Amino acid sequence: MLAILNAMVAVTPAPLSLEHLIVQVEACVRTGGEGCGAVASFLGLVRATHQGRSVRYLEYEAFDALALKAFQQIQQEAGQQWPNSALGIVHRTGRLTVGEASVAIVAATAHRAEAFQVCRYAIERVKQIAPVWKHEFFDDGEAWVEGALTDPFDEAARARALVIACA
Amino acid sequence: MRITVRLFARLRELAGTETLAVDLLEPATVADAWRATVAVAPALAPFDRAISCAVNANFSRMSHPVAAGDDVAFLPPVSGG
Repeated sequence: MLAILNAMVAVTPAPLSLEHLIVQVEACVRTGGEGCGAVASFLGLVRATHQGRSVRYLEYEAFDALALKAFQQIQQEAGQQWPNSALGIVHRTGRLTVGEASVAIVAATAHRAEAFQVCRYAIERVKQIAPVWKHEFFDDGEAWVEGALTDPFDEAARARALVIACA
Repeated sequence: MRITVRLFARLRELAGTETLAVDLLEPATVADAWRATVAVAPALAPFDRAISCAVNANFSRMSHPVAAGDDVAFLPPVSGG
């Protein structure tokens, strides 16, 4: 049984609330299978430095409609790998200063090992496929960060994320 | 036929616009839309082998056919998280 599609995905310019997401995601597995015995969460934050340069602030840009579909795909993948798990993914956009959260991920499962795995899998997949871009503004300049060539159909990338999650 | 091209992040900055109306001869693919976009915005040429695409807000392939009125998005390498 896949309970996972009920959990929350969002792209928002508002500050992220981990507690709100935890309540939602936990509720998705509370009454299914063994119930919810573990919640693991991840917050990605704006770091003060990047490769030795002082960060003033970041701007995140997203293709909102497509990002939501990428997050739903990640939910479905996690649901296939870890039945009776639930996953919430929320990404922030706009200007963020040092210490603010850019992404919140919450995984709920019956037991703790799977909760950590789902959470780690989800952030690795977000990094691989989410159509979101980070623009860094430093004391001495600015730069777009360009990482993965997004390809949600790339099974090798998906397999790499799974290996990292289960290490 | 006319389609809309949507550009993100550095592609948007290099082209100086978020959207472009592009005219293509039928039949056409996403790759044709990219070539037409680069013809209008040559600064995008270095991204030739480093873009992904979406058609009507669904992940797609460069070989995918496009139809009149489609919304074709080009995505530079991503950096979310």
